[in-house]
Amino acid sequence: MSKPMLEFRDVTKRFEKRLDVIERFALRLGAAVSGHVVHAVDRVSFAVNEGEVVGLVGESGCGKSTLGRLACGLHEPTAGGVFYKGEPVNGKPVRAVQMIFQDPFSSLNPRMRVEDIVGEAPRVHGLVPAAEVPDYVAQLLRRVGLDPSYRRRYPHQFSGGQRARIGIARALAVKPDFLVCDEAVAALDVSIQAQVLNLFMDLRESLGLTYLFISHDLGVVSHLSNRVVVMYLGRVVESAPTAELFAKPNHPYTQALLAEVPRLDRKNRNFAPIKGEIPSPLAPPPGCHFHPRCPHAMPRCAQEAPPLREVAPGRLSACHLDA
Amino acid sequence: MTALLEVRDLVTEFDGREGRLRAVDGVSFSLERGEILGLVGESGSGKSVTGFSIMGLVDAPGRIAGGSVKFDGMELVGMPDGDLRRLRGKRIAMIFQDPMMTLNPVLSIETQMLETVLAHDAVPREEARRRAIEALGLVGIASPAERLAQYPHQFSGGMRQRVAIAIALLHRPDLIIADEPTTALDVTVQGQILYEMQRLVRESGAALVWITHDLAVVAGLADRVAVMYAGRIVEQGSTTEVLDAPLHPYARGLLDSVPAANATGGRLRQIPGMTPSLAHLPAGCAFRDRCGHADDACGTVPPITLKASRQVRCHHPL
Repeated sequence: MSKPMLEFRDVTKRFEKRLDVIERFALRLGAAVSGHVVHAVDRVSFAVNEGEVVGLVGESGCGKSTLGRLACGLHEPTAGGVFYKGEPVNGKPVRAVQMIFQDPFSSLNPRMRVEDIVGEAPRVHGLVPAAEVPDYVAQLLRRVGLDPSYRRRYPHQFSGGQRARIGIARALAVKPDFLVCDEAVAALDVSIQAQVLNLFMDLRESLGLTYLFISHDLGVVSHLSNRVVVMYLGRVVESAPTAELFAKPNHPYTQALLAEVPRLDRKNRNFAPIKGEIPSPLAPPPGCHFHPRCPHAMPRCAQEAPPLREVAPGRLSACHLDA
Repeated sequence: MTALLEVRDLVTEFDGREGRLRAVDGVSFSLERGEILGLVGESGSGKSVTGFSIMGLVDAPGRIAGGSVKFDGMELVGMPDGDLRRLRGKRIAMIFQDPMMTLNPVLSIETQMLETVLAHDAVPREEARRRAIEALGLVGIASPAERLAQYPHQFSGGMRQRVAIAIALLHRPDLIIADEPTTALDVTVQGQILYEMQRLVRESGAALVWITHDLAVVAGLADRVAVMYAGRIVEQGSTTEVLDAPLHPYARGLLDSVPAANATGGRLRQIPGMTPSLAHLPAGCAFRDRCGHADDACGTVPPITLKASRQVRCHHPL
């Protein structure tokens, strides 16, 4: 249980936009032009242990999807390292780590039949002899709750929920033990979302999968995960076991986020939102990224970024208030 | 006192390759001034088309095939287009899901807002400008005079939605129809917009129809909730009543599907099957194929039964 399956060590990912011709020319003429650098992920360290479901939450632009892509080897970290069972992943996809994407429409090739979408990878990797692929595909489709007689159909012939299931079957086809789910249920209706979440939990039990579950939906994350990591503008601000985080959030951002989540049991409430918007990752504020919106901000917060500190056993938080 | 908005047996149909589809099938509700109604449903339930029908924005191949929409005593169905245009934007305003689609990307916010003011009121440009600045300030946009000169792409998603709301509020409408206005926004920004809307409705006494798929948003905002399924309102009542003790099996199923309402780690109680296509609805109650309580009686369309202030369309209410 406690063996780290996937580990992020000081992972940083920057996206740079090089200067174009005109900007380079302007630079030569002495104009103050500089390239754009987006700090998508800024020195993130945490580990996902075997059998665990870790929920990664944050709002748009916080770097959670970039981190998911780093985990799968779809991006190479600018600094630091991603390790799967101690082996570096850094930009080289590992078969055992598979990704399930958000959009069940654009992540399936519309010109391929379901049997090819699901069956291509195991055939290419030589996991299943070519003759057995049809049976293998049928078995996978049954596992995710689809009728194998649909295997000759194209993606557009399925509903959103069924397409999500096809995406899951495709990921499972190469026998992964780690799934990165990037907003995997965000595009689905509530009743369909419940079905897919149940499927994720069934698969976890029957196949012993470990999940990194990326979502902006705190309800989904609280339901599914053992541990939650909260990100804000590229940095981890808090990490804690799910029940503890939701019962007593420590970081002011987590507190604000939890206060804003609409809940069924809070009726006719007075909304009292936190101020301001998420700053652009092109120009993050100095010091603690959250200080311009934080109700507890002190002068120190604008100068010095707070490190992640253990505030209780198993709980980490990055805030000067804890010091 | 008559209600501000009275929708009776509204039917909206679309002619398509699969024949005539009823997107809205006998929808009735009414709304008082200052009231917030949450119109909830999943994709394809007809909630947005209901909103468009009220606004008279259903284009061919769709048409309003029956029923009536009375706004402040005036019948909107069949009203000449010119009269309708004088109401739209003036007394009835609509806010859409995606502000990037409703704002014109090549016109400045100022041009777009002034256009809206001048479309209905013959006022000097300076006065129109003053009103635009006031409206932007009202929805919480900092330094509205400077922001007015900017273009939509210079605003963030949340700010753009605020601009769209400010445009809707320019004429202090009596009725606002909001179609999933916070769905595309982040949680903290959604909280801010909900806060502004709640405050503005309370201050101005406007009525608000909030169309959404998110039951949790409605819980915090609306006075009353109407749940739609396959073109019909299956249950309607006060927010507390409907969310705490739903009478319709679909409403119950929808509430049980929301993860936060369940214990962590347990299985969610799911509704079996999926939302049927409008072209292949079962006869009678559209939900009966997915319903645990269905029997032979469900082969006929259940009538609306009244239970105190609540309406439910089910042969076997819970």
